[in-house]
Amino acid sequence: MSLRTSLLAFAAAVGLVGAAQAETIAITHAKIVTLGSAGQIADGSIVVKDGRIAAVGANIAIPAGARVIDAQGHPVTPGVVASNTNLGAGEVEGEASSDDYAGASDHISAAFDVSLGVNPASMLIPVARLGGVTRAVIVPELQGRGDKKGEKLFAGQVAVIDLSGSANSITRRSVALTVDASSGAAARLGGSHGSVLQRLEADLDEAVSYGANKGGYEHGTHRPFEQSKEDLEALQPIVQGKEPLLVEVHRAADIRRVIELGKRLKLKLILDGVEEGWMVAGDIAASGYPVLVDPQTDLPNQFESLNSRMENAGLLAAAGVTIVVKPPYTGHYARQVRYNAGYAVAHGLPWEAGIAAITRNPAQVFGFAEKAGRIEPGLDADLVVWSGDPLEMLTVPLHVLVKGEEQPMTSRAQDLARRYGALDPAQPPAYRH
Amino acid sequence: MVLSACAAVPSQSGAEPAPSGGNEQAKEKSYPGLDPATDSDPFPSTYRALPSSTVALVGATVLTGTGARIDNGTVIIDGGKITAVGANLPVPAGAKVVDGHGKFVTPGIIDAHSHLGVYATPEVWANSDGNEVTDPNTAQVWAEHSVWPQDPGFIRAMEGGITTLEILPGSANLFGGRAVILKNVPGRTVQDMKFPGAPYGLKMACGENPKRVYGGKGRAPSTRMGNIFGYRKAWIDAQDYRRKWDEYHKKLADFKAGKGDKAPDAPKRDLQMDTLAGVLDGSILVQNHCYRGDEMAQMIAISHEFGFHISMFHHGSEAYKVADLLKKEGICVATWGEWWGFKMESFDGIEENAALLSKAGVCTVIHSDDAILTQHLPQEAAIALAAGRRAGIDIDEAEAIKWVTANPAKSIGVLDKTGTLEPGKMADVVLWSADPFSVYALTEQVYVDGAVVFDRHDPTRQPLSDFELGQTGPAHPGARP
Repeated sequence: MSLRTSLLAFAAAVGLVGAAQAETIAITHAKIVTLGSAGQIADGSIVVKDGRIAAVGANIAIPAGARVIDAQGHPVTPGVVASNTNLGAGEVEGEASSDDYAGASDHISAAFDVSLGVNPASMLIPVARLGGVTRAVIVPELQGRGDKKGEKLFAGQVAVIDLSGSANSITRRSVALTVDASSGAAARLGGSHGSVLQRLEADLDEAVSYGANKGGYEHGTHRPFEQSKEDLEALQPIVQGKEPLLVEVHRAADIRRVIELGKRLKLKLILDGVEEGWMVAGDIAASGYPVLVDPQTDLPNQFESLNSRMENAGLLAAAGVTIVVKPPYTGHYARQVRYNAGYAVAHGLPWEAGIAAITRNPAQVFGFAEKAGRIEPGLDADLVVWSGDPLEMLTVPLHVLVKGEEQPMTSRAQDLARRYGALDPAQPPAYRH
Repeated sequence: MVLSACAAVPSQSGAEPAPSGGNEQAKEKSYPGLDPATDSDPFPSTYRALPSSTVALVGATVLTGTGARIDNGTVIIDGGKITAVGANLPVPAGAKVVDGHGKFVTPGIIDAHSHLGVYATPEVWANSDGNEVTDPNTAQVWAEHSVWPQDPGFIRAMEGGITTLEILPGSANLFGGRAVILKNVPGRTVQDMKFPGAPYGLKMACGENPKRVYGGKGRAPSTRMGNIFGYRKAWIDAQDYRRKWDEYHKKLADFKAGKGDKAPDAPKRDLQMDTLAGVLDGSILVQNHCYRGDEMAQMIAISHEFGFHISMFHHGSEAYKVADLLKKEGICVATWGEWWGFKMESFDGIEENAALLSKAGVCTVIHSDDAILTQHLPQEAAIALAAGRRAGIDIDEAEAIKWVTANPAKSIGVLDKTGTLEPGKMADVVLWSADPFSVYALTEQVYVDGAVVFDRHDPTRQPLSDFELGQTGPAHPGARP
């Protein structure tokens, strides 16, 4: 750890970070992609005050005493959102003792709160931040692999975190509930994709019954439920249509059926995966349901995704579907999300839509649009100054701000690179830090 | 004993009746396949280049794979070979001119670590043929015998510019088996794809995988020290096997020269030992899955003990920690741009790895190990390049393209045939819509031995695997709306 990182870590530990947030920062001479009402600004400034965006525009006053970051014409975007990741809730994928993203049990399933396992000091967070990621949508998984996941339907609540690394980095504890309607889940829950949908409807029906007669449940006069009280409570905002259900679904026919179920039960849905979404793009657009896509997925990996193709994101967006581009699930790869947006653009998604798919859209879809995702006054100042086009591999972030605080551009990985980048034959690398 | 000679001559193999009054040899009984020395290529390549014409790629930025960048370059392809590369070259009469202005030309991309065909798409049980997880030493199995040529992944890789692949067995075992080099052309059989004249590889694996797999079965190895024992024991057996065959061949030669009155008895052929002996003879290249730097040093010590060379460490997350050693030993390292943290031995994987290795003079390779990533190898190299530049290591693109062309060619033993744009080499070439290190770059044309195997704008040059034929949607670019 460098001296600067050490000092910042110390400052965070003793609570000095709050004071740092009071710093007023002005980013000047920036090519600003606001994704808000101001659109793109060719040469503008952003004023950050008390952790929030105070002003943005081509001709705004820079407050006296503000620390100025001259962007020198480089692009500035809202901080990148990594959606559908376990970032912060796992360190080493193959070591279960380091993982906190799978916690559903027989008793706590829909109610499982993944945010309670998030570690703001995770070594993965600075690595993701160096890729311009400032917020993450944490989606829990069911424990184990394959059949070992058992017969649970819900992996738990979806949370949103920021990448400040500070103690108060949970943006929202619960923004959605995740359910898997893929062939993997079908294999566990009966064998057919239909098994999952029937089970889902039955579980939601229980929640409706429970919500309509909580007294009966407490007094034991109600019919017995399969689900625990905690899970039935967690399902209330879902069946009331207040909170979305994040449904992993891939095949065109299954997407249609999930949409039909969602409409019939008046649910808010987010469709995740949707490799064959382009084949039913009109249906998805008409439903108003947004989608999460991985634009690199172009192989017929499963029988439920035979028609995967790289044009999926572009075709869905053209049909009017709200697109969120996601990185690979494991938090180590959260930083890949901007490249994924780039691949979608290479295959037909308009460039600004590609930026929106990793900033504004996930903030809207996961219910934190009033906090992040655009460069507009009043929002948290999650900002990235890029060396070039943010979607390009050869581009790197030059400055990263989370909630108005400029982040150190360091990570443990960079410490390792420095340690071994210039070996001293006279001294073991262990003395170099 | 004339078995060896017989096995090499079909008419004397015993399959056909000897002509009446034939020579003495034909009357002897024949036992083909018993002597490895006469049976070194039992599954020969049946690859034949597709039809090609004379082509001049004109006006593109050419990254030659030799470290050069030629602006407004010309690449001439004739008779399946590259015949000229340079700036403003004259176009031969009758050549088809392909306008490359605003575009890029590189050698065909080479993925030195692929499991296409052996872990084919779709990922169903029936297609899972990459790991013979029944013994920690399966040097006797050959990846090519698991390759399903209809894996749609081959064609996706081709659309990503891959012209040559090393297909490896998985990493569950200390010795996983033989790797095979393929030309990325659609074939009815794997032999139709086999790269003519390419050496075999031997897949070895360090660290967590073997000890996890066999420890989990309650047998050795269950520790890293158990791994090391397993390698050394096998190399001892292989040296002993070589010694026996050498002694036999010497005695046989003596007998043929009239010394002694009895032909020597041949040792029993052992397919596992054949592969290991091939490494010790230098004809099979060691391709060693190994993440940690300290384990690489141990594998190098073993190679010294038994007198063989490790061609390349694969994955190599910590190679940057022992870059000086790898340079000294002349060992290549294949790694990713940014894969890390999927197990303890990859936890110290850093984006700067490739750049640090390249700076140290190590033969650096970016590989995929993945059916999606193989479609984007130059972009993966770009991630590593950007991280290096951020760390102050200045490497240009003309050098970095070697990570996915010349260097993998060297590591798998085909650099004399492909991997660079130089006269006389196979015309394995990619025409890109943009700088191949850009996320927006798409292949426009892919040439293998001078033939257009893929053309993004010509539906007749867009292959489709049997598996995808007749599926519901447009699965290949030509059928896309």
